[in-house]
Amino acid sequence: MATSSNDTTALLDIAGVSKAFGSVEVLRAVSLKVDKGEVVTVIGPSGSGKTTLLRCVNFLESYDSGSIRIDGKEVGFREAGARQRRSERDLAAMRAETGMVFQSFNLFPHLTAAGNIMLGLTKVRGKSKAEARQIAEHWLGRVGLAHKAESLPAELSGGQQQRVGIARAVAMEPKILLLDEITSALDPELVGEVLAVVRSLAEDGMTMVMVTHEMAFARDASSRIVFMADGGVSAVGPPKEILAQETTNERLRSFLARFRASHF
Amino acid sequence: MLSQILYALPFLAQGFAVTLWVSLLVVVLSLIAGVALGVGLVYGPAPVRWAVRIFSDTIRGIPILVLMFFVYYGLPAAGLHLQSFWAAVLALTLFKTAQVVEYVRGAVGSIPKGQSEAAMAIGLTFRQRLTSVIFPQALRRFLPPWINGVTDAVKGSALVSLLGITDLMQAINQVIGRTYEAMPLYILGALIYFAVNYALSYASRRLERRFAFIRD
Repeated sequence: MATSSNDTTALLDIAGVSKAFGSVEVLRAVSLKVDKGEVVTVIGPSGSGKTTLLRCVNFLESYDSGSIRIDGKEVGFREAGARQRRSERDLAAMRAETGMVFQSFNLFPHLTAAGNIMLGLTKVRGKSKAEARQIAEHWLGRVGLAHKAESLPAELSGGQQQRVGIARAVAMEPKILLLDEITSALDPELVGEVLAVVRSLAEDGMTMVMVTHEMAFARDASSRIVFMADGGVSAVGPPKEILAQETTNERLRSFLARFRASHF
Repeated sequence: MLSQILYALPFLAQGFAVTLWVSLLVVVLSLIAGVALGVGLVYGPAPVRWAVRIFSDTIRGIPILVLMFFVYYGLPAAGLHLQSFWAAVLALTLFKTAQVVEYVRGAVGSIPKGQSEAAMAIGLTFRQRLTSVIFPQALRRFLPPWINGVTDAVKGSALVSLLGITDLMQAINQVIGRTYEAMPLYILGALIYFAVNYALSYASRRLERRFAFIRD
């Protein structure tokens, strides 16, 4: 396999990724490595490119230059030769290796909670209906919704929907789980139940990259925090270091100050 | 009056069968063509999108009667000779196809982008996304205008009488030509058309209830 760099132990290897929407540069040579079992939270002001970066990892967005590898395999482009988008079939197979949970849940409204989880298992993983059903019930149990298997998304609360969203993603046994502001659309009193699920997945060793505004969660649950500003990684390190009051990073300091002013 | 209706019924029965046959052909053919072109309009590459757009706008901009005469009288000049029956079916199908294209575009386009993205994220291919995620949801929005269009197709099929095809409408006119009693026959004809379309509307309401899984 043609790998670009020598140390390829990282499960996720984002190297020099840049992307522009027209004349607006949303990502500027972003590099980030995530090891297996790590929980990396991405914080930063809105418009800093956090969500775009996450969406590049499973190629919901393409990018202009750089490379993103999962387990040493280039995600969106063919390995050899000129930079060429993978075929639809290859892309689908690559995407099945990452799980994604969305801010707006995006559950399939015509399928039950169990049906939402079973769809990928039967269509992508080739499991039988019975087997998929068992897996779905297992994960619904894990997120505390065993009794809601037959409910349609419209019959669930926001927090419950998001927990189904998480179950749908992890049931596929992805190598890495991408969480895109998954509590931002929730009423404050429902945030806790969703974060508790994420925490328990972290304890199980699930590798996660999570874009979030929940600072307390970032502080307590992540192995590293990435602070993004203006489309680039401005600071990265363990929570204690990043959230320290006396940081010398001007952007980070003002972000945290503004954040503290409005949230505490 | 009853005797006139009894006298007319056997003649009308044959015409009615033609009306149903034309309607069925138009509805089925336009459904197949319209869904294919509609998907092309939403997801296809630029040349396909343009081609479908031009087709749809052109056809919908022409009165259906003009379209029918064009196919029957105009196409032979281009070397395509169709029997009057098939010319009428072709013209009505073209017309209906353009409508179905727009219904599909509206229905598929109304499904939020997040649905496609969630389907991509679990690794579904384009085809799987359409059949398992997009179409089942779009169907609910497609059905009401489409069924409305089906009733239009049944009524619009009366135009084939203008190419000399003996459908229900033509049969009515022929009977009137023999009996010189217009009113009872037109009322009877209206009742028959109404019965068919009312049955379709009723069926559609049942169908819509079945697909009412989204509350919005």
